[in-house]
Amino acid sequence: MTRKQRRMNFIVLGLLTLGVAAALVLTALEDKIVFFYSPTDIATKKQIPTNQQVRVGGLVKEGTWKKPNNNLTHRFTVTDLRHDISISYKGIIPDIFREGQGVVVLGKLQPDGNFQADEVLAKHDEKYMPPEVAEALKKSGKWKHAEEKK
Amino acid sequence: MIAEIGQFALILALVIAIIQGTLPLAGAALNRTQWVAVARPAARGQFLFVIIAFCCLTHAYVTSDFSVANVAHNSHTLKPLLYKVSGVWGNHEGSMVLWVAILALFGLAVAEFGTGLPPTLRARVLSIQGLIGVAFLAFILFTSNPFLRLDPAPLEGNGLNPILQDPGLAFHPPFLYLGYVGFSMAFSFAVAALIEGRVDPAWARWVRPWTLAAWCALTVGIALGSWWAYYELGWGGWWFWDPVENASFIPWLIGTALLHSAIVVEKRDALKSWTILLAILAFSMSLLGTFLVRSGVLTSVHAFASDPERGVFILGLLVFVIGGSLTLYAIRAPQLKGGGLFAPISREGALVLNNLLLTTGAAVVLLGTLYPLILDAFGGGKVSVGPPFFNSTFVPLMVPVMLAAVVGAMLSWKRADIGAVFSRLKIAFYVALIGIGVTAWYAGNLKDILAAGGIGIAAWLIVGSALEIAERTALFKGPLSSSWRRAAGLPRSAWGMAIAHGAVGIMVAGITASSAWRIEKIQLMAPGDVITVSGYSLKFEGAKQIKGPNYHGERGLFTVTKNGKQITTLTPEKREYPAERSQTTEAGILTMVSGDLYAVLGDKSKNPAKGGASWSTRIYFNPLVAWIWVGAILMAGGGLVSLTDRRHRIGAPKTAKKHASAQPNPASA
Repeated sequence: MTRKQRRMNFIVLGLLTLGVAAALVLTALEDKIVFFYSPTDIATKKQIPTNQQVRVGGLVKEGTWKKPNNNLTHRFTVTDLRHDISISYKGIIPDIFREGQGVVVLGKLQPDGNFQADEVLAKHDEKYMPPEVAEALKKSGKWKHAEEKK
Repeated sequence: MIAEIGQFALILALVIAIIQGTLPLAGAALNRTQWVAVARPAARGQFLFVIIAFCCLTHAYVTSDFSVANVAHNSHTLKPLLYKVSGVWGNHEGSMVLWVAILALFGLAVAEFGTGLPPTLRARVLSIQGLIGVAFLAFILFTSNPFLRLDPAPLEGNGLNPILQDPGLAFHPPFLYLGYVGFSMAFSFAVAALIEGRVDPAWARWVRPWTLAAWCALTVGIALGSWWAYYELGWGGWWFWDPVENASFIPWLIGTALLHSAIVVEKRDALKSWTILLAILAFSMSLLGTFLVRSGVLTSVHAFASDPERGVFILGLLVFVIGGSLTLYAIRAPQLKGGGLFAPISREGALVLNNLLLTTGAAVVLLGTLYPLILDAFGGGKVSVGPPFFNSTFVPLMVPVMLAAVVGAMLSWKRADIGAVFSRLKIAFYVALIGIGVTAWYAGNLKDILAAGGIGIAAWLIVGSALEIAERTALFKGPLSSSWRRAAGLPRSAWGMAIAHGAVGIMVAGITASSAWRIEKIQLMAPGDVITVSGYSLKFEGAKQIKGPNYHGERGLFTVTKNGKQITTLTPEKREYPAERSQTTEAGILTMVSGDLYAVLGDKSKNPAKGGASWSTRIYFNPLVAWIWVGAILMAGGGLVSLTDRRHRIGAPKTAKKHASAQPNPASA
């Protein structure tokens, strides 16, 4: 086998691998990535899918966190200080979850406009604001306000 | 005073690094032996001063000197000593000092043990190491000074994030950095070789042990991190495809590819320019990992606070290192003459396949990690790329790697008879089929076919690696004593490979079983309530108040019984750290070979019906989950065994060659 042939073998094998990888990636990018929406997005846009997981973030509205009594479902409202969305979550809430702080939830929007969360992502650091939440607050024009409230 | 000594030592280290990074390089080009000779003492000096700085910082932490801002922000007098010490690298500034300390340590190692290297190559390697040192020392001194004073000094520190106060995590960063920075050795050797325009088997004999050592450390570091996430975060998961996890996993994948391709350079004098490219990429990805973690550009559970100035500095460094080395590569690589030819079906061919798939896998992980950034930059909206993406792209690419690992290990160099190899692997194939069949039957539904495939791959790897050793020691084909003698005579690298490949199998079994058959139960429990998970009955006995050195909280008590017999008790905790004003969850875990019983104590709520109070609890059964870390540690162990091979013994490359060829080697027959 000559050097040239060997190089061809490499190139063909390499292109084949890349092709397979590209196909896998493109299929996965179609339906495996999760979009982020602010409460305002959900209130104003019509085309938020209800059959797909999405993430929603904002501040946990003060005075809305209802701890479960006899079942395990937590209810609270997430706000970007312009629009609200009510969230229900069955499970154990993370240690850092607090009213008035930033939170991101992962789950599905229900047809009735409520949001059923599969995961609640509160960050490990109480000073930390998820960047998406910060941006959502900036967009709603309430960023300063939220900062002052702290 | 001591902090000032530390800062001064860092400045001296920077000055020495500048000399180390320029003079020997120029000397090697201009044939000035005195300039070349500067390299070794400079490396020693750099190590000395960086270690002094590191010790000063450690001293400040141990004595809780809160006049040092870094200590005040990240430590507390009540913290146990271990966490005072690990607090040194539990923050941005300190972790960068650890980074350069390890870099200087590697530089010292080349200076001391590199006596067998050609002086110009050694000088160039040390120079490149010196330049990396310049960049990071400048980064520390100009953007992240750990010795900044606070005036007036606070009476008490802010404390270390309590979830970081954990033995597993205390040692996670040093191991990770040993790996990251270890790849700088391969990088320096690669760049030095490009400057010299020469890559030969002797070069590979040097690069491989360093890469192997770095890889082992990185493997242990990642395993520690994942183990910590498993027991500390309280979610029962062990890998989240979090950007920061990916940042350490991408260099690991490239490093694994490099490890394998360096064998081809060493044994067959082929794949040279590819190996050089991998060496450059492995370190570039380590730097990119550092950038992703430090700059805070990605949303992540454990990103340190972001600082645009630092991000820009590291980004500039990244562009310079990656751009510069790749340009050098583009100019010089075509001159590297390839060595031995080989047929597609050969050990080399199998290693090429391994390399292609591992690097493609790394590229896919990189793409998934950066995709949210890219999309956001182009105004495509905020997205997150999570486990579903990686499971459906990365995992299919790894399946052929694992299938080929066993076959490739048995192929001979240059040209191989694949039919003969398949017939030798018959047993492994049958065991894998039985594994698939039994799992599918036992699990009993179609959904588990994929998982059954995973178990089959695990069996294939474990049995195939065992067969390889059995074959080479002629086990059961003659008297045991002769097999024993052969086993003792086998090169350590053969053992290392078989152990590491088998360990991948153990890990795959753990990953498959714990993801496919995990049981999760969430409920409210009052004292006296019993819940049954996977044949184990957990009786909740209640919870009581506890007090630790720097926390207080609640500890639940579960009695675990199986078939009426008490096995153990689990004591999950919820802790509150007043100094840091945060809480942590300590899971109660019973680790068994068959799986882990994992209990988490949640919120207390009023329950007048049942004696006043009940707690939300989360109970998991994670089948075979411990196999993941046993596999990872064994994998690193295999690497270490291979590292003790005669051929890698530093300073004895010549004798090693003789020994290696004197070994009976059926694979090349």
